[in-house]
Amino acid sequence: MKRIVYREWQLAPQRYWGLLAILAAVAGLGGLAFAYMEHEGHWVTGMTNHVVWGTPHIFAVFLIVAASGALNVASIASVFGKTLYKPLARLSGLLAVALLMGGLLVLVLDLGRPERLIVAMTHYNFRSIFAWNIFLYTGFMVIVIGYLWTMAERKGNVYTKQVGFVAFVWRLLLTTGTGSIFGFLVARQAYDTAVLAPLFIAMSFAFGLAIFMLVVMFAYTQDGRPLGNALLLRLRNLLAVFVGGVLLILLAYLLTKLYGARHYDLVSFYLLSGGSYTLAFWLGWILIGSLAPLGIFAHPVLGQDRTWLAAAAGMVIVGGFAAMYVLIIGGQAFPMPLFPGQTVVESGFLDGQVAPYAPSIPEVLLGLGGVAVALLITAVGVRVLQFLPESLDDRVVDPHLAAAAEPA
Amino acid sequence: MTEARDTIDRNRRAFLGAAAGLAVAPGVLLHTVAGAAPRSAPVTSDVRWGLLIDTAKCADGCTACVTACDEENGLNLQVKPEGQSEAKWAQQRSVWIRKAKLQDNQTGRITNLPLMCQHCERPPCVDVCPTGASFKRADGIVMVDRHTCIGCRYCMMACPYKARSFIHEKVTAQLTRAPRGKGCVESCNLCVHRRDNGQESTACVDACAREGHQAILFGDLKDPASHISQMLTAIASRQIREDLALNTGVRYSNI
Repeated sequence: MKRIVYREWQLAPQRYWGLLAILAAVAGLGGLAFAYMEHEGHWVTGMTNHVVWGTPHIFAVFLIVAASGALNVASIASVFGKTLYKPLARLSGLLAVALLMGGLLVLVLDLGRPERLIVAMTHYNFRSIFAWNIFLYTGFMVIVIGYLWTMAERKGNVYTKQVGFVAFVWRLLLTTGTGSIFGFLVARQAYDTAVLAPLFIAMSFAFGLAIFMLVVMFAYTQDGRPLGNALLLRLRNLLAVFVGGVLLILLAYLLTKLYGARHYDLVSFYLLSGGSYTLAFWLGWILIGSLAPLGIFAHPVLGQDRTWLAAAAGMVIVGGFAAMYVLIIGGQAFPMPLFPGQTVVESGFLDGQVAPYAPSIPEVLLGLGGVAVALLITAVGVRVLQFLPESLDDRVVDPHLAAAAEPA
Repeated sequence: MTEARDTIDRNRRAFLGAAAGLAVAPGVLLHTVAGAAPRSAPVTSDVRWGLLIDTAKCADGCTACVTACDEENGLNLQVKPEGQSEAKWAQQRSVWIRKAKLQDNQTGRITNLPLMCQHCERPPCVDVCPTGASFKRADGIVMVDRHTCIGCRYCMMACPYKARSFIHEKVTAQLTRAPRGKGCVESCNLCVHRRDNGQESTACVDACAREGHQAILFGDLKDPASHISQMLTAIASRQIREDLALNTGVRYSNI
């Protein structure tokens, strides 16, 4: 295998600064949305006492989960020793940190008292999975930054495998922790199940890889750097496996809920009668987010076409947001089982009714701001440091082709 | 001479005695008041406050307990933000106690009941709170420390009774006994100021009694001689969501 040469992203200054300006503008709008929500209070959002976590949490959880998944390529390279993935391991680490920062920013800025973040860092209740997650998230950043150092610094290269292994275990813990934020909630029918932890792990693999593929394709196309099919088609196959994995665990989740009579109404709500949640489930998560991309990946012609691959990766991301909407908002909107065997005829607090929720503009802007911050960090990172290999041509990355090309 | 001196001394003693009495009395008085209302004494686990709600006595259409709670805890001082719709405000304003009317799916039997924080022995809201702001007092009252609540709303996600409210709007007026802050979570605290002032009962219990229903009983669950304990021994009662084994401090009969 040839020596991999890394070089800063060489996009023409005008285009680069234009891109940064757009991302900064979106991030700025997110900042304004935060200031507005913080100043007025959460009444300006769609969130209520019934749906307490809204659109910001869809974005935040999506980004946090995707952050762990963005590390896929680095993990496969360092932990499983696949040399094909090694050239992109650095970008994988950078994207993981960037996505996590974007997600955490949204989560923190949606707090009722964001100025009390220091309280969250000084007062801990270790029975709370939230408190564990504070350590899982900050720990992830520290470990991945250390991991990036071992990859970039020649003296650190010897530690890459070990640090990569720690990062690999940590990312699994992180997504388990994120899934458990919901899995540990005994109160609500949609949650209260351990299967949410593996579901979130599988979702992280899929969403993170989809984002990673889009970033690689965009960066290389814009820069005019060679990007061979060997790596891209491997990533495609991997993404297909992950999307299939999500579907499998989702099936297990639904069947588990469906097996006992007490959850019939919940599954029926998701699959049949839930209105926008049912639509998001079937159209967003299953059709656009899973079956359509799987069809494209498996197609003999479309599955080789860059545009279609990019579209399919985009669809997985759209499906990811739909999945978060169904799980986070739908799970709260569905009424709590306070009085089994009874129908709530009247209530002063929406008992027994599906809670309404409509996202507000500030919430959406705050969420998009988090995405913009993640991409901004990535764009600046690849510009100022050597994250991107100069070439991802098949002869460079594929060990077999490289060996064949070497003069005997 | 001796006689005269004695006379003087007696007068002097009487004067000094009166003066000392005047100086010491307020302190003694304060001490007595403090004994009656032990605000400086730590809350003990010798008591566990709770409620027993007889749903058979809870009248259809009566919301006296809700109104009384609103007034006692300043919930009626909440102002709908300008431009907010009534429907949305109804879902965003803080509610500590609500009435629910249930109908049995099989028999059609109607039940009315008030629902509030159930003051669990093992409260899920306390377990999930990252900062420990959601806490249980030694006397069993579950409440929120508004100085350490960061407004993450995880406790609201975790509460099986949907008993908690988030303050969505700017707070313009509040009562000293029930402080309120934008961006913090709050819920029924069994009129904790009354506990700390050594008063009897809660606002909802008093209101229900005034209406002549006496559907809610307040008292010490740990004291076998208390009225509530004796009633709980005498009649059958249930917990809402007993399956969660939270050992709630609020019990319901005829449900």
